[in-house]
Amino acid sequence: MKAKTHTITLLGVSTAAAMVLAYVETLIPVPFAVPGVKIGLANTVAVFLLVKRGWKAALPVSIVRVLLSSLMFGNFASFAYSVSGALLSMLAMIAAMKTGKLSEIGVSVIGAVFHNAGQIIMAIALTGTKEIAFWLPPLIISGIVTGIAVGTVAVLLVKKIDFKQ
Amino acid sequence: MNRRTLKNDVIVIAAIAVVAAVIWCVVKLSSKAGEFAVVELNGVETARYSLNEDIRAEIACGDGCVNTLVIRNGEAYIESANCPDKLCVKQHGIRMTGETIICLPHRLIVRIIGEYGVDATV
Ligand SMILES: [Zn+2]
Repeated sequence: MKAKTHTITLLGVSTAAAMVLAYVETLIPVPFAVPGVKIGLANTVAVFLLVKRGWKAALPVSIVRVLLSSLMFGNFASFAYSVSGALLSMLAMIAAMKTGKLSEIGVSVIGAVFHNAGQIIMAIALTGTKEIAFWLPPLIISGIVTGIAVGTVAVLLVKKIDFKQ
Repeated sequence: MNRRTLKNDVIVIAAIAVVAAVIWCVVKLSSKAGEFAVVELNGVETARYSLNEDIRAEIACGDGCVNTLVIRNGEAYIESANCPDKLCVKQHGIRMTGETIICLPHRLIVRIIGEYGVDATV
């Protein structure tokens, strides 16, 4: 029972933290031609949960975060981008974790790159504009950069935050 | 985290960077001369100019901010702007589909598209 309460609290706090990060991100102007495409700060929480608690904790938090933040600050297009970005990112990170060959940094780079690629693929599907593929290389490179940053933060969080159950 | 996983991380990151470079090359090779320059403010299209006509247009984005867009000889560029960094003025002229000029402080994007926004090449 105690463990269950602990889990519920952890997931709630994580969702809140991810939403704050997602909101902070909307305040950072990003020079990308596709409105609604995001760089994925909220991934810090996803990587952290994935490492600490596995996908059963990370996936629901990701989905709830996307649903809530789209309701609060988004529109349909940004919701579609966020969902496809978050899901593709999460699946890629789960697969990367399963190999056991990468550190948090490698996992988070893969997550960030697939997050951005997922959004672009959805943007191409929604707008029918193939020229958007032009944005894949800069988004992949920025995914590498944010992925390294997010992974580094996640490494620190994993080290510093210890759960006592 | 240890030395072995870090080495794997580096390999994965390098592989992803190579993929990005390959996509960039494919996009560059498949881009062709565009038809229109599309002006977007805050992600919303506000104007569209044919690259076949030479024009000079003042693009106002509220609060007195102005970028002057010029189209000459099928090429679009920002001639002048009152943004703080002037990075948009320094960017090269654009003429191929997919190319963009960005003025970050004014949240302005000028991008080149093919006919009616649809890429005609398949
Ligand atoms: Zn400017």
